[in-house]
Amino acid sequence: MNKIESQSGVAVIQQDIKRNGSMNNMKNAKTQSAVLRALVYIAAFLTFGVLICLIAYILIKGIPNLSLDLFSLEYTSENVSLFPAMINTIIMTFLSLIIAVPLGVFSAIYLVEYAKRGNKVVGLVRITAETLSGIPSIVYGLFGFLLFVTSFGWGYSLLAGSFTLVIMILPVILRTTEEALKAVPDSFREGSFGLGAGKLRTVFRIVLPSAVPGILSGVVLSVGRIVGETAALIYTAGTVAQIPDNLLGSGRTLAVHMYALWSEGLNSEQSYATAVILLITVVLLNALSSVLAKKITAK
Amino acid sequence: MNKFKENFMHGVFLFSACASILAVALICIFLFANGIPAMAKIGLFDFIGGSQWRPGNNVYGILPMILGSIYVTAGAIIIGVPIGILVAIFMTRFCPDKLYKILKPAVDLLAGIPSVVYGFFGLMVIVPLIRDLFGGSGTSMLAASIVLGIMILPTIISVSESALRAVPESYYEGSLALGASHERSVFKVVLPAATSGVMAGVILGVGRAIGETMAVIMVAGNQAIIPRGLLTGIRTMTANIVLEMGYAADLHREALIATAVVLFVFILIINLSFSILKRRQENK
Repeated sequence: MNKIESQSGVAVIQQDIKRNGSMNNMKNAKTQSAVLRALVYIAAFLTFGVLICLIAYILIKGIPNLSLDLFSLEYTSENVSLFPAMINTIIMTFLSLIIAVPLGVFSAIYLVEYAKRGNKVVGLVRITAETLSGIPSIVYGLFGFLLFVTSFGWGYSLLAGSFTLVIMILPVILRTTEEALKAVPDSFREGSFGLGAGKLRTVFRIVLPSAVPGILSGVVLSVGRIVGETAALIYTAGTVAQIPDNLLGSGRTLAVHMYALWSEGLNSEQSYATAVILLITVVLLNALSSVLAKKITAK
Repeated sequence: MNKFKENFMHGVFLFSACASILAVALICIFLFANGIPAMAKIGLFDFIGGSQWRPGNNVYGILPMILGSIYVTAGAIIIGVPIGILVAIFMTRFCPDKLYKILKPAVDLLAGIPSVVYGFFGLMVIVPLIRDLFGGSGTSMLAASIVLGIMILPTIISVSESALRAVPESYYEGSLALGASHERSVFKVVLPAATSGVMAGVILGVGRAIGETMAVIMVAGNQAIIPRGLLTGIRTMTANIVLEMGYAADLHREALIATAVVLFVFILIINLSFSILKRRQENK
């Protein structure tokens, strides 16, 4: 199918060339090339121009608004502190990772190391993980609200928010770990078996350590998603602007903080400042993940 | 003892693997169990086809929101797809290696920026721009489409890029050898050969656009009426849920969950077509 299409493409050009006896057609082909080239450059310019504009705009508008007040321990309507939101974000990230990383890594281990070919569970896990990664965050939010907040009776809480996030980042960790495990050469496993190690020992002592950079890049990706997530948290972790006393208390993360500021309709200065911190976090995470990626390819 | 440990851990791994199956099952059960009764109570056709959304009067028609989601997504596709594909072509065939090393992380960054930040940027830059150029309030379908168009760019760029890279070099070289220029070879030979991969990227972009919530809420105006034009405000299904869930009760709350069910069905259809396309590309 593919081949035929491109062959016909080649045929078109061939015909073009045959017809190109007249100078006119030659000129047409040249203008067409120039137009296509211009389009490509314009598109690239637009895309990266928008990115640069966005970053520059947020930084220029936001950095002057980063005042000491914003980092007060307690939120009041006067200082509009984003410090509690930062702490909540860190707690939430930590809590979600503690649950999601073992779950994701273990299930990748099952898929790669234990499942036999044609195992029905494997197919089902792949399909469901793919489905999970396509579900919009608001649907996760609603689900978390129905299951954790209402049915489990946890109320709006960091715990409910984290559990919702766990389901969201599970496919990310599963997929990256799976790829990392697959990249470990079989000779490692055979060598370990040959020395008399059992399956479990081989997995934990030999295979898993060599897959660590790949797994970490998945973790970094997940942290990025957690930090930027809003829709899944509004109705699970709630929007209280303080650090809760325990995990069953409600608290907003930075991204939710930004949304809350918008919905209160005021405080655009503080929104700029929050955006700066979110943006810097994302840039740092991206840098970290590219360092990890280099480590993987360098091997 | 060792044998027991091996078996025990095998069980743990299997159990973990079932977590994602369990998650999808639970999501389906909870959404459908809470949403379907509301659809039945309101009447399926009144719910999906009703053009009035007035929770105060117990009138729940989500047609405006369905149309809102579809229009905004279509707008995002019109803006994002051509640009995204052109950028992917630029990155694979036009840009020097040194520049590529900067652009690739830039695309990743574009994907990593949180949607609230996009929404805020749209609210502060794009909305005033539309207000000044075309009048009106600025919060509009156009603003939402532009913001979403930017947001789906990284998805379309990276999927198209890998599809373009998968095309054998011999196609391009063959075309050059026949005397076609670099541009024509890329557009008439390489691009057609990558069609199904590029389409997969587009579908993934559609999924992202239709499910996006926060950025859309901040720039779309959120009026729950049938959209009348590019410059009027609209409300998407996602926005409908977030805006009203906080205070909804009884049938109103169930109607919002039913909105999520409709959204979920949309997403399932999109996912299905994506995996069919992907499989077709892999089989080639």
